[in-house]
Amino acid sequence: MIRGVVLGRNVVMSYATLALIVFGCFTFAGCRASRTSSIPDKQVPEGDPILGRAIVASGAHGCTGCHAIPGIRGRRGVVGPPLGGMAQRSFIAGQLPNTPNVLIEFLQDPPALVPQTGMPDVRVSLEEARHIAAYLYTLEAPD
Amino acid sequence: MIRDSRSVPLLACVMLASCAGRQSALDPAGSSAASIHQLGIIMYIGASAVTLLVGVLMLVPFMRNNDRRVNRKLFLWTGVLLPAVTLMALVPYVLAVGHETRVPRSPNQLSIDVTGSQYWWSMSYWHTSELTGITTANELRLPAGEPVELSLRSNDVIHSFWAPNLAGKTDMIPGRVTRMVIQADRPGIYRGQCAEYCGLQHSLMAFDVMVLPRREFDDWLARLTQPVREPPTPELQQGRDLFVSIGCGECHTVRDVVESRRGPDLTQVGARRTIGAGTLPGGVGNIAAWIASAQHLKPGNAMRSYDQLEGPQLRALAAYLESLK
Repeated sequence: MIRGVVLGRNVVMSYATLALIVFGCFTFAGCRASRTSSIPDKQVPEGDPILGRAIVASGAHGCTGCHAIPGIRGRRGVVGPPLGGMAQRSFIAGQLPNTPNVLIEFLQDPPALVPQTGMPDVRVSLEEARHIAAYLYTLEAPD
Repeated sequence: MIRDSRSVPLLACVMLASCAGRQSALDPAGSSAASIHQLGIIMYIGASAVTLLVGVLMLVPFMRNNDRRVNRKLFLWTGVLLPAVTLMALVPYVLAVGHETRVPRSPNQLSIDVTGSQYWWSMSYWHTSELTGITTANELRLPAGEPVELSLRSNDVIHSFWAPNLAGKTDMIPGRVTRMVIQADRPGIYRGQCAEYCGLQHSLMAFDVMVLPRREFDDWLARLTQPVREPPTPELQQGRDLFVSIGCGECHTVRDVVESRRGPDLTQVGARRTIGAGTLPGGVGNIAAWIASAQHLKPGNAMRSYDQLEGPQLRALAAYLESLK
C-alpha cells in the first residue's frame, strides 16, 4: 500500500518535472530578452530586444564569434570584450560614451567611430542596430 | 534522460522534427539515398510487425486453457520457416541496395577528388580525364541529375564521407583511394559530415553540398578558371599584402596569389556558407573571429590563432578574404 502511494507520488513528480522542462524549453529562449533595460538612460525607443536577440543568435553577423554573450549558445568568443552588463559599462570600445545613440551608430560602422578597432563593419542596418542595442542593454553582468 | 521512459515522447518529437532536412537520411535527394531510405522503411515496418507478432504470441499461453495440447506445427511455421523465408528474401535485396554508388565510370563523367584531413575537406574537380585545376574546400558543388564520381582519399587518419541526403557512408582510408558515384536529383543545399571518429574536432568536420542546375554549375566552374582580379580598394590591397606577408600562403592557396596545399584553398572563401568546415557561418565578422581565435573556436585544428594583429590589420585581412568570391 505504502509502496504504491510512494510510487504514485514519484510518477506525478516526474510528470510535473517533465512538464516543467517542456514549458521551460518553449519559454526560456525568449525570457532573457523579454524586457527592456532596467536602466532608465539605456532605453532604445524603437528597438525590440527580442528581435535583437534573434539577430544576434542567428549568427548572421558573427557577433558570438568574437564576443561572449550571456544566454547565447555556442563557444564564448574571446576576440572582443564580453557583452554581459553592457548597460552598466561606461565606454564603448573603451573610447566612446555608452549612450544608446552612440551604440547604434557604432554597431553600424565601428571603424568609422573608432579607427583602431578590430571590429569590422558587419553590415548591420539602422533598424537592426536599434534592436541589437536594445537587446545588449538587457544583458546582465555575469556574477 | 533516455533512461526515463517518460521522456520518450519528448525525444520522439525532437527526432521527428529532424526527419526532413539538410542532413537527413530520411529526406533523400538522390537515387542511392532513396533506395537506402526504402530499405529503412521496409525494415522499420517489418521489425514493428515482428515485435507485435512476438508480443501477441507471448500472451497466447495466458489466454488459452491449460489442458489443450500445444500445436507443435506452430513452432515449425513461425519459429523456423517464417524467419528463414524472410531472411532469404531480404539478403539478396539488401545486397543490391545502395549499389547506385558502385556503377562503373562512364566517359565525360564529372570526377571529383575529395580528400579528408584532420578536420577539413579538400575538393578537386576533374573534367573527363584532364585536371581543370579547380580546388575548393569544405564545399562540394554538384550538377543536379548527373552521376558524379568521387575519389575519396585521406591525408592522415581514417575519415568517412557522408552526405545522408545523397548516399550512404564511404570510408576514406589513408594510402587507398575509395570510389563512389553519387547523384543528386534535387537542387538544394545539403550538409555532409565526417562519419568516422577522427580526433578532437571530428564533430566540426562538416561540408556543404550545393546541388546546382547544370548551367549554374558550369558558370561556377568557368568563373573559377578566370584570373583572380586585383583587389579594388586600398583596404583590400592591404589585406592581400598582409595575407602574403604574415605567411598565410605557407598553408593556404589563393589562386594567382599564393599556393600551398597544406590547408584549405581560400580562392572562394568569401562565398562559402561556413568558416572552419562548419564551425561558424560565413561573413566578415566570423572570418575575423576565425583568424584571431581559430584555436579557441576549434581547439586542435591545424591553424594557429593570429591574435597579435592590430585592429585595422585584422579588419583588412578579414575584408580581403570575404571579398574572395
